[in-house]
Amino acid sequence: MSAFLSVAFVVSVLRIAVPYALAATGGMWSERGGVVNIALEGMMLAGAFGFVLGCHLAGVWTGVAAGLLAGELVAGLLVLSVVGLGADAIVTGVALNLLVAGLTRYGLKLVWGSSSNSSRVDGFTGGEGLLGLVTHPLFVLTVVGIAASPLLLGRTRFGLRLRACGEHPAAVASLGVSVAAHRAAGTLLGGLFAGLAGVWLAADQHQFTDNMSAGRGYVALAAMITGGWRPTWGAAVALLFGLAEAVQITLQGQGTGIPTQLLQMMPYVLTLLALVGFVGRTRPPAALGRA
Amino acid sequence: MSGAASWEHRWVPPVAALLVAAGAGELLAIGAGASPLAVLEALVAGTWGNAYGLGQVWFKATPLLFTGLAVAIPFRAGLFNVGAEGQAIVGALAVGVVGAYLPAGTPAIVAVPVCVAAGAGAGAALGALPGWLRARFGAHEVIASIMLNFVAAALANWAVASFLAEPETLHTAAIVPGASLSRLSAWSSALTGSAVNTSLFLGIAVLVAGHHLLTRTPLGLSLRAVGLGPRAAEAGGLPVGRLQVLAMALGGALAGLVGVNAVQGHKGYYEDGFSGGVGFLGIAVAMLARAEPLLVLPAALLFATLSEGGLAIRALVPKELVDVLVGVVILAVVGAQGARARAAR
Repeated sequence: MSAFLSVAFVVSVLRIAVPYALAATGGMWSERGGVVNIALEGMMLAGAFGFVLGCHLAGVWTGVAAGLLAGELVAGLLVLSVVGLGADAIVTGVALNLLVAGLTRYGLKLVWGSSSNSSRVDGFTGGEGLLGLVTHPLFVLTVVGIAASPLLLGRTRFGLRLRACGEHPAAVASLGVSVAAHRAAGTLLGGLFAGLAGVWLAADQHQFTDNMSAGRGYVALAAMITGGWRPTWGAAVALLFGLAEAVQITLQGQGTGIPTQLLQMMPYVLTLLALVGFVGRTRPPAALGRA
Repeated sequence: MSGAASWEHRWVPPVAALLVAAGAGELLAIGAGASPLAVLEALVAGTWGNAYGLGQVWFKATPLLFTGLAVAIPFRAGLFNVGAEGQAIVGALAVGVVGAYLPAGTPAIVAVPVCVAAGAGAGAALGALPGWLRARFGAHEVIASIMLNFVAAALANWAVASFLAEPETLHTAAIVPGASLSRLSAWSSALTGSAVNTSLFLGIAVLVAGHHLLTRTPLGLSLRAVGLGPRAAEAGGLPVGRLQVLAMALGGALAGLVGVNAVQGHKGYYEDGFSGGVGFLGIAVAMLARAEPLLVLPAALLFATLSEGGLAIRALVPKELVDVLVGVVILAVVGAQGARARAAR
């Protein structure tokens, strides 16, 4: 029991919650503009791979840049397909996730000759514990990004127009403002967040493993939905999910009678419960998924 | 979608998808330092070029017939069945368990249908769940299905590891002899060594039945009506919610039949990790087949050829190339469909 009341536990909760919070915010940036973003999983995985490849080839900050770029590429494909060609966003999102899974597997084989994991990269060498976490450059970036989002969305002209695109695009178009451009910008901004989530994952584990995002992108989507598509609320729900996962990992480590597979199932079951509305019913943007 | 649509409207998306995929494949092959032509030659020689390869192609196509249709039928009703992977797992587990617990002397005429029904039933239950969650609670069925994929895999893994597995193994007990399906190599020595079996015929029969259902029955018409316009359908008096759940249950049942091939036709038991992405490949198959049951067969054969060919070309390029092509095909099809739909507006 004392394991849960320690600073180490708080650190692990935050550490686990960061990618969920980042991806949930990234999804929000896309969906508030009206573009359904199922591809968060792919953006995260791409970000993770880009980071490890960049670290492997040059250094840690090249890795961060490469990871963000990789996430942006996936977001760009989403924009091209959905905003540019008018393709179905959900099928496109799932296809992108499959594509990224295949491409990262291909890259893994090509660069490291392995089907399961890359070599270890040093990444960030920071302090341990709570102080080490809050001074970690990526953590600072995360907090800044998530804190800036409600301001950007609610208090700038861009944010207002983006939200209008998600609620009533016809009204926006009638003003002569480009709905497509705003939706593209929102989705690309979201891609930065989701890519950073992947970078954090890979930096945390110091390597890339096959399919390492493991459904986190979908869990983040659920967090975004449960948070009512509101910028910081999604991050708050993500923190709750992080707490649940940290509890599960601690329980696993302590060796209770509960089988590991059932414990590992917990995040996904919790997500299902959240979707079903145990955490409250929410309202999506009115024009979400519509031209 | 069909009928009044022009010839080019129907065929441009799949053809465009194949061209884009071929182009992507070439780029990836060059990236790996191999000549695209050499890769293509090796691929064809290793699959349709010899009897064993051909048999393996048809063996790998069999589960894709089931999962392809499992995605296609809900798609015609306006739903996206992303849960085919999990439905295949529970279906196969059901086949394996029921098949093992039948009395030892059960004749094939009883054992085979009972196992098939078990697989279909388990898959249908898992398939209906997201549909019901959406109808009852408004839960997002795509995310729910993906979560259920993870949950189903974890539960199956736990059940096998805890109490269903034979000692020292990761698979269930063997099914009774009456339940197993014979390999086609028993009829034609040319196919010796390949695992293609009589469940292939079940797959083809199911495609024909699916086509008949959608085009010639009132239920099929209702499902298509819901897919083309749920609010209009509701105004017309159709029970949209119930039809959606039924469509998902049908999809789940079809995905569950993967177990008939994997357990009854191949291994004779349920083994952890057998599915290998067959549910997601089914999405690609259904997209390429434009969600039309009869077109699922050529689409499944194409992906089975790529999959088997991936093994044949692994000396030249990583077999993961096939995984990439799957995503490329789906993207290309859906992008081309969107572009055509926009051009038509």
